[in-house]
Amino acid sequence: MSMLTRVGNDLYTGARSFDFVGKRTLWYAIAAVVIVLAVAFTALRGGFVFGIEFRGGSEFRVTGSSAAIEGTASATAIAVDAVDEVVAGANPRVSIVGTDSVRVQTEQLTPGETDDLRAALADAYGVTLADVSSSFIGATWGADITRQALLALVVFLFFASLVMALYFRTWKMAVAAIVALFHDLIITTGVYGVLGLEITPAAVIGFLTILGYSLYDTVVVFDKVRENTSEDGAESRRTFAESVNLAVNQTLVRSINTSVVAVLPTAAILFIGSLLLGAGTLRDIALALFIGTLVGTYSSIFLAAPLYVHLRENEPEVKKQGARQKAARPESGAVR
Amino acid sequence: MARSTPERTAIRSLVWLLVIIVALIAANGASVLFNNGQWTPKLALDLEGGTQIILSPQLASGEQVDQEQLDQAVAIIRQRVDAGGVSESEINTQGGENIVVGIPGVPDPATIERIQSSAKLEFRPVLLADLASNQTLDDPSLDDSAGEEGDVGDEAEQNGTDTGAAEEPTESPTPTDASDPAWITDELQTQFNQFDCSSLDVVGANVAPVDEPLVTCEVDSSIKYILGPVEVEGESIADARSGLIASATGVTSNEWGVFIDFNGEGTAQFREVTERLVSLEGIRNQFAIVLDGRVISAPRTIAAITDGSPQISGNFTQESAQILADQLKFGALPLGFEVQSSENITATLGLSQLQSGIIAGLIGIALVIGYALIQYRALGGVIIASLIIAAIVTYLIITYLSNQQGYRLSLAGVAGLIISIGVIADSFIVYFERIRDELRDGRRLDGAVEAGWKRAFRTILISDVINFIAAVVLFVLAVGNVRGFAFTLGITTIVDLIVVALFTYPMMQLLGRTQFFGSGHPLSGLDPRALGAVYRGRAHFRQPESVSAVKRASSSREAQRRQTIAERKAAEARGEGEDAR
Repeated sequence: MSMLTRVGNDLYTGARSFDFVGKRTLWYAIAAVVIVLAVAFTALRGGFVFGIEFRGGSEFRVTGSSAAIEGTASATAIAVDAVDEVVAGANPRVSIVGTDSVRVQTEQLTPGETDDLRAALADAYGVTLADVSSSFIGATWGADITRQALLALVVFLFFASLVMALYFRTWKMAVAAIVALFHDLIITTGVYGVLGLEITPAAVIGFLTILGYSLYDTVVVFDKVRENTSEDGAESRRTFAESVNLAVNQTLVRSINTSVVAVLPTAAILFIGSLLLGAGTLRDIALALFIGTLVGTYSSIFLAAPLYVHLRENEPEVKKQGARQKAARPESGAVR
Repeated sequence: MARSTPERTAIRSLVWLLVIIVALIAANGASVLFNNGQWTPKLALDLEGGTQIILSPQLASGEQVDQEQLDQAVAIIRQRVDAGGVSESEINTQGGENIVVGIPGVPDPATIERIQSSAKLEFRPVLLADLASNQTLDDPSLDDSAGEEGDVGDEAEQNGTDTGAAEEPTESPTPTDASDPAWITDELQTQFNQFDCSSLDVVGANVAPVDEPLVTCEVDSSIKYILGPVEVEGESIADARSGLIASATGVTSNEWGVFIDFNGEGTAQFREVTERLVSLEGIRNQFAIVLDGRVISAPRTIAAITDGSPQISGNFTQESAQILADQLKFGALPLGFEVQSSENITATLGLSQLQSGIIAGLIGIALVIGYALIQYRALGGVIIASLIIAAIVTYLIITYLSNQQGYRLSLAGVAGLIISIGVIADSFIVYFERIRDELRDGRRLDGAVEAGWKRAFRTILISDVINFIAAVVLFVLAVGNVRGFAFTLGITTIVDLIVVALFTYPMMQLLGRTQFFGSGHPLSGLDPRALGAVYRGRAHFRQPESVSAVKRASSSREAQRRQTIAERKAAEARGEGEDAR
């Protein structure tokens, strides 16, 4: 049997226990510091860097190029080199349109850069300047998509909170889960902001996936909490906080196994994708998923559960459970 | 036999799973045979390329489009494209006046029609109608009737750009309502007499200001009309859908139509109009439904319509009714557009990205398999088998929906599927951990499989319900790429439930009966001794079912704590003895 199984046994019986709930001030402080850092560094960098899908940009069209007929790969390579000469690190999107035209999309260029790039492209593809046209393009991820997505998110959070509140029979779990969700989202997006990575539609899809995963993971942990605390009566040997802490400990092996299983494929995409391809859709989405999965698992244990205890601790019923406990409990063998 | 029941339910579940898989294969086969389907999912624009359609606005000379109109048009076109399937199209503006629509594959004419037509719907009362047979081709003014009418409009300082924009009736008596024949001035009459229905084909959209009469024709150019000012506009439509029209007797006919629901304002306006028209005689009893300046039908008003839910009939096919309903639902484009160019476009990311994604995914899966085997030993085999079943079911569903619903797999979708491995595997992990918990409480394996399932299924169900809510809400409300994501999420969530309930659980039920798992072989991953249970040998199990969950949990812990070393060793020895026997 693996070591994790043995740890799982001890966690289950309570022979070994990590004090997630008791040290909550520490976890709150860590979460607060990380969030403040994420927001501050992003702000210092001047906010998020959005890709051309959000901001629009410049489009160049080279007609009558023989490279386009030869194939996408060679045409793309030519365009990337030409763009790199004029604006470094622009990461253009290249496609072949029709039979002999190349479409090159870049971020918004200044008129000077536009002229330079036109000349560079004409040179690179061996066509005259007149065969290279340029125009501005609008965002493919327009304001309408963002608006609808935000609306959908608000509606989703409302329904998800409602379902959680009904299922768990307390709105406090829903609140704790939503707080953990925002924690995860802020930190995941914060990594993009702090590192100055471009936010592309793929990254946004990654953020949405994280949103679902974070809530999912919290619900799994909370369901064990519900199971344990609902079994507790007033005569329980444990305080409410201890009960929740035991539940979190009992699901710890599950949490570790699940996050490892979820992270392994994303890590593979992230590292192999970045090594083979450099920046691109795969890296954008995998990075969001990689960070988000880890943070999502962390927050369910270190943030959501302690916060739930915090919210309920002062309820008269729950308080009673604790008070009786202190008088009657003998020293247990738990290692803390 | 007491054992036969769980075994039978397990086999029944597995048979159901088989039925689902066979049904999916059959459905896919049917698409391939009859609907030009294929056995692989279709790929989205970023992976496969497609068609780039450039739409340019139809403008009168000197007229300008503003950015707001363009943005609005992009938003409406996006909704229309989305309504045709989950294709993850790319729509943006270009050069401040064109709209570029990138759609995967080669669009059929219906798709282009869906995208480009303005779909401006108006309800106008009919003032005068005539057969459109007077093709007075010898009249020189008719050859250029569009241009001339436009000039007339300009003189009257109207915004109207095309035919039918009539002059204001300045000298005739002021009309009292929209059905008043006084709208027909001499000039309008002349225009009507000279009107050539074929000129409608030349001009894109036949528009007149809403408070002016309009001269136009039936869509098939058979009848020409003078119509009164607009009574109800398309903006008042709250919802529209297509369906078969029921006859007066309630029997469903074979005729397709579009059903409209007006909002409050539209309902009131529509009631007013129909109440007035119903009392009128002859041609003025009819109201015309005008789409993009053409009459699609001009029904008689038999009764006042008070519920704000009229239906439109008029030579629709199922497809054209659906297109019109979608267009009406999302609103009219602020401008008419025409296709400037439609060309193939190659993938923006290309297959190299897809290949790397798949390679990375396979490596990831290999890692997951390795981890599952280390953590769960032989039980890891159940995880692997479940993941394979999940992969098969997901692949079949995606291929089927790709054939039927126009779903396209983008690279973001592929990545989404890879992350779903984690969520799907989590269900098995949750379940196995619960089984282990039950074993730790001293249950026999077959009891633990059942008791663990009851608890685990609740957890799996509620967490999947949350995910499914996310998928449904995002799919219904969001547009563009977000919709594609929601679609993938919804599929994987359902697959998760199907596989865990119809494969993993029955497999555990069956495996729990084998000697290898049932006796808790050290490699089975369910070894009670390794799990710290108080194992008393196969024949000596107490009946945990009669004990309440709380008591059981606490008593087993208690029992363990109180065990002396000798007792523990004895328990182990008994366990080993059991193995040897």
